[in-house]
Amino acid sequence: MQNLLSIITFIPVLAAIILAIVMRGGTEAADRNAKWFALTATSVTFLVSLFLLAGYNPNNTDFQFVEQTKWILGMNYKVGVDGISLIFVMLITFLMPITICSAWTNEKRVKEYMIAFLVLETFMIGVFTALDIVLFYLFFEASLIPMFLIIGVWGGRQRVYATFKFFLYTFLGSVLMLVGIAWMFAIAGTTDIPTLMEYDFPSMPVDVLGFSIPGGVQTLLFLAFFASFSVKTPMWPVHTWLPDAHVQAPTAGSVDLAAILLKMGGYGFLRFSLPMFPVGTELLADFIMWLSVIAIIYASLVALVQTDMKKLIAYSSVAHMGFVTLGIFSVNKQGIDGAVYTMLSHGFVSSALFLSVGFIYDRLHTREIAAFGGLVKRMPVYAMLFMFFTMANVGLPGTSSFVGEFLSLAGAFQANRLLAVLATTGVILSACYGLWLYRRMFFGPMLKESLKAVVDLDLREKAMLAPLVIMTLLLGVYPSLLTDIIGPTVANLVENYHASLAAAGAVAVAH
Amino acid sequence: MTSMDFSTVLPEVLLSLYAMAALIGGVCLGKDKVAPFISWLTVAILVLFAALVGLQSGSRVAFGGLFIEDAFSRFAKVLILLSAAGVLAMSADYQERRNLMRFEYPILITLAVVGMMMMVSAGNLMSLYIGLELQSLALYVVAALRRDSTRSSEAGLKYFVLGALSSGILLYGAALTYGFTGTTDFAGIMTTVTTENLPLGVLFGMVFLIIGLAFKVSAVPFHMWTPDVYEGSPSSVTAFFATAPKVAAMALLARLLMDAFGMVPDQWGQIIALLSVVSILGGAIAAIGQMNIKRLMAYSSITHMGFALLGLTAGTAQGVAAMLLYMSVYVAMNIGMFAFILSMERDGQPITDIRSLHMLAKRGPMRAWALLILLFSLAGVPPMVGFWAKFSVLLAAVQAGYVWAAVFAVIGSGIAAFYYLRIVYFMYFGTEEEEGIDKRIAPAQRVLLIASAVIMLAGSVNLFGIEGMAQMAAAALVN
Repeated sequence: MQNLLSIITFIPVLAAIILAIVMRGGTEAADRNAKWFALTATSVTFLVSLFLLAGYNPNNTDFQFVEQTKWILGMNYKVGVDGISLIFVMLITFLMPITICSAWTNEKRVKEYMIAFLVLETFMIGVFTALDIVLFYLFFEASLIPMFLIIGVWGGRQRVYATFKFFLYTFLGSVLMLVGIAWMFAIAGTTDIPTLMEYDFPSMPVDVLGFSIPGGVQTLLFLAFFASFSVKTPMWPVHTWLPDAHVQAPTAGSVDLAAILLKMGGYGFLRFSLPMFPVGTELLADFIMWLSVIAIIYASLVALVQTDMKKLIAYSSVAHMGFVTLGIFSVNKQGIDGAVYTMLSHGFVSSALFLSVGFIYDRLHTREIAAFGGLVKRMPVYAMLFMFFTMANVGLPGTSSFVGEFLSLAGAFQANRLLAVLATTGVILSACYGLWLYRRMFFGPMLKESLKAVVDLDLREKAMLAPLVIMTLLLGVYPSLLTDIIGPTVANLVENYHASLAAAGAVAVAH
Repeated sequence: MTSMDFSTVLPEVLLSLYAMAALIGGVCLGKDKVAPFISWLTVAILVLFAALVGLQSGSRVAFGGLFIEDAFSRFAKVLILLSAAGVLAMSADYQERRNLMRFEYPILITLAVVGMMMMVSAGNLMSLYIGLELQSLALYVVAALRRDSTRSSEAGLKYFVLGALSSGILLYGAALTYGFTGTTDFAGIMTTVTTENLPLGVLFGMVFLIIGLAFKVSAVPFHMWTPDVYEGSPSSVTAFFATAPKVAAMALLARLLMDAFGMVPDQWGQIIALLSVVSILGGAIAAIGQMNIKRLMAYSSITHMGFALLGLTAGTAQGVAAMLLYMSVYVAMNIGMFAFILSMERDGQPITDIRSLHMLAKRGPMRAWALLILLFSLAGVPPMVGFWAKFSVLLAAVQAGYVWAAVFAVIGSGIAAFYYLRIVYFMYFGTEEEEGIDKRIAPAQRVLLIASAVIMLAGSVNLFGIEGMAQMAAAALVN
């Protein structure tokens, strides 16, 4: 199949168009049809994407399934995948049917809700498959629109504040990247990502307003991209939009936000910052690793004092993303392997946790931790699954998070021992807030009257969590399933990084 | 030779003759009773002329260089004619319901269009001024179209006074330029003014000319008239102000800078860059507090003019092409926006408060969808076409070395995103059921609104080939 990637990318948006034009909304039957239609569309996308996985050759480090067509303003529509982007595409197509299922209980403007998610899926897949930098930007930025509406229309009480904050933070971050892209186009004369990865951007120091910038153009471009990706990841101190957005977003929105949108930042670092601006990366890597460690410790401490379940999980996401950036900017094979692994594992675990919060919210309409207690007596299955994912979040050996965090820390240890030691405290802190949350929710006496009538998970809810349990366990005990796919790509990335660093003759400058 | 000259200006001559004929016909046949007919006839004629002009090719010069007909002027003319036709089509219903259906209105618009066509074809400071004044005089009158309203009269007067001031400044600049170069011909100025031969007087002249035109494109700090005139004029007139005259003034500025002062781009590049950046930031910041959608659109147009100027800043063919692309997209978006604004009514009365859009998503889902797409396009969020326009000017500016200007510009666009999103907020996020706007929308307005929204989405596929045309137009100008 020649156009497999385009097909995968555009099935959801085609479904959305059909939904918008052909199907009527409003009545109960129409709403049900819309849900089933969206579920079918996302499932079909997942099934088609399995061909991608089957046809991918991990030992070939070139981009595969490449499609290229001339487009406007001197760019191409060019898509393709390597090991890293492949697993994110798979993550998206795998999670989207679950997301649609979790939106099943929504009764407000169902048709539009489904359209928003289908459009979002296309944009998210596009981000990871784009091989033209402007095309990447297009999808990266476009994914804000459906998310803005999802939080704004279907969110909680403070949704307007949260969604504006989300949009403006990320928008302001990414427009600087746009200037960076224009500048790269001006210097290199192309927007083709594989070509740009080979291209050596000048690294002679330049003067800006009288300050001499070491690393020159590379540093400035790195910072332009950093502005965008650090907000998206999110890194401390520009993480504050995330807890707000998460708390206000509907469950399905939180799942996509945590599992996929956040990964765009980490993916961006790996796709652009490291290969294209090695000198800039080398100069700023230490600084960013410090930020990551601060994020890990600070976010974990903040998570400890949260009274809202969703906010607690949101802060734990910030901490986990700290491990990701820590791994990426240690720029060695273990670190980057670990970062990618953590991103994928966080995709499963955090979405499971957000789904779990959604289940209890559907029943009791509160997310206040203090409102619960003794749930284990009424909801044993729920308690067991929540325990599993709490442990996965903590990074218990045997779950996928352990592999990711261990590799990230191992990578960081090679780059900077002090930071690795500091970051390891994050693992302990995550056990503290995770287990304490669990104790307050599930153990102790069941004091609240409202909790007595609560029922355990139904079939739909179990069916949503089951695939996530399987993936978390599978990747926890059999890591080479994933590292076989990403390994060669990551090795190639690290190798090229050091080669172009040596070519730029900047190793001496950096150290 | 004379016949060649006249065949070159034939569209302008015919359009003027049509205006005269319509005026006489209107007076003889019962004035405002025939107004709707004249209005729709004018729409048809403008579209017809757009086709006629657009189908020509080559480049010709008439009257010894006073009038230039080339790909650049054709591009601008087609844009002006089509946007005037669009505005007339959507204002027919509005004016009828407001008792503003005067037969002079389409005629004045036609005359203004002739003036603009003259402006974009001007090859000489004299023809530049004549075209500009023909346009301005017609616009002063339509601004005060609602004679019995003080606000409309105020708008007309304010526009007139500041317009006269800017014309004066422009004339002073023209006089200085003539005095120091000995010619008013753009080609002549271009051969005289070079980096080696740059008298101070010419610099002053150039700056005054730029300032005069900056008034017309309402660039900060020469924008003060814009919000008041936009707010005071009837909405249909505002729609016209926001589209065609901006294209004409921007094209004129491009020709003046690239042709007359084309040899000294460093001299004006900094000025235009500064105008561009302060317009983008000024427009974006000032619009934050606006609750009146017409004032909001005024500041929004200031920001957009800033972006178009950013393309000009580059001083390259690529920059001019980017500017033309930007103006086309800007016009397409504003036609849609104003088609919507003209349809905003509560209990049959026009309303301009954006709070009245409360929960439009429920009351008029189609309109809300279309407006949503337009707003994101105005904010420059991909995949809407507004993004491509923005990206092309950024690209041109960065390639010409104006990275700093590009950085300020995108920060401005981030700020501007806020007030576009606030309209989305009113349309979609509200909960309490307040009184909204009426469901009624005239067919022409609906067609234009939806067409504009569809263009914003579908244009991402290939920009309808406008990119190639803009490049041809820019190439014609730069050589």
